[in-house]
Amino acid sequence: MKKVYGSAQEALDGLLNDGMLIAAGGFGLCGIPELLIDAIVESGVKDLTVASNNAGVDDFGLGKLLATRQVKKMMSSYVGENAEFMRQYLSGELELEFNPQGTLAERMRAAGAGIPGFYTKTGVGTVIAEGKEVKQFGGQDYILEEGIFADLAIVKAWKADTSGNCIFRKTARNFNPPAAMCGKICVMEVEEIVEPGELDPDNIHLPGIYVHRIIKGEHEKRIEKVTTRSRENA
Amino acid sequence: MPWDRNQMAARAAQELEDGMYVNLGIGIPTLVANYVGDKDITLQSENGMLGMGPFPYEGEEDPDLINAGKQTITELPKTAYFDSAMSFGMIRGGKIAAAILGAMEVAENGDLANWMIPGKLVKGMGGAMDLVAGVEKVVVVMDHQNKAGESKLLKSCTLPLTGTGVVDRIITNLGVLDVVEGGLKIVECAEGVTEEELRAATEATIV
Repeated sequence: MKKVYGSAQEALDGLLNDGMLIAAGGFGLCGIPELLIDAIVESGVKDLTVASNNAGVDDFGLGKLLATRQVKKMMSSYVGENAEFMRQYLSGELELEFNPQGTLAERMRAAGAGIPGFYTKTGVGTVIAEGKEVKQFGGQDYILEEGIFADLAIVKAWKADTSGNCIFRKTARNFNPPAAMCGKICVMEVEEIVEPGELDPDNIHLPGIYVHRIIKGEHEKRIEKVTTRSRENA
Repeated sequence: MPWDRNQMAARAAQELEDGMYVNLGIGIPTLVANYVGDKDITLQSENGMLGMGPFPYEGEEDPDLINAGKQTITELPKTAYFDSAMSFGMIRGGKIAAAILGAMEVAENGDLANWMIPGKLVKGMGGAMDLVAGVEKVVVVMDHQNKAGESKLLKSCTLPLTGTGVVDRIITNLGVLDVVEGGLKIVECAEGVTEEELRAATEATIV
């Protein structure tokens, strides 16, 4: 089965519907599926719920989808870098479901692994626990969290072979594997596509079974906070 | 003289022992890395890295290599990368020995508030709730009082909580306090700060 597509638009063809739930990989602006996000902006699909750790910045990443008001609800752990997000949220135009970062990652991983719910001690006794079942294990309280079963996952990897086996680079891996796993369909953008056999089978980070469509593209890979040290202190 | 930011970070570094895996929060906690000296400490960055190195030299920034504060960083020979689910698996699973975090409020029972001011600051908790729930030893580094001179060490927190009964030790500009049965216990005072001054600046019960 052919998994490689010519462009982000082609790869998303037939997959986008108003009101759908999309899981997106990335942490801050690192390892985000920037080309697929741009194509979703162009498609005009609306009323989206997006599960993503962050919401991009005003003019890059998921911030673009917020600017065009295509997002109805975000499921995130931290949205502090996006002024338009704050404005829409505080004015009641955008729904926001805060998830502790590890809970968000595990909700994706669990759904991808066929686990509809799990108990965690994260958030016990906080607003996160409100309305959730509490169960004791070994005398300690845990709350029930549910898996995130996404209609579509959009992720970014470094290299993939044409069968979808892929590897990530450094901290750009982050939420991409769990996001990929929880999608009914996963579309992946990469910097390089190679033939099967060129990636070491012992070092595949995410097997191709989780990846349905692949595109290669040029990535801006914007840095959110350039921080350096001076050579004099070395 | 109360401690400044760097002195607080240096004091917090004394909490770390050779061989520890440690997560440092944003702000003063990040400075703790400058004071670990010869101790073999492995820093975890919850976006998926163990063995975090220093900031890169100018021109050597890598967009694929950032810390949890979104700053560019470098790797070390012992570095390992992994995904967010595994990263929080090791946090929740109790594999990280210590977390050093900032705080807005701490209560005498160890409750911590450091993620939200309703109506004002709604950035999100990031990984803070997972860290305080899972990490063995939670050390908070914070100013003792707010800008109005009111104690941030309280009988009970007024802001939304990050975790309940999770703080083990508090390092402020005025000294070091432990959360114990019945309240906070003074461990030491900053140089030039008397115990009376520290008590007077603290709303929480001191036992």
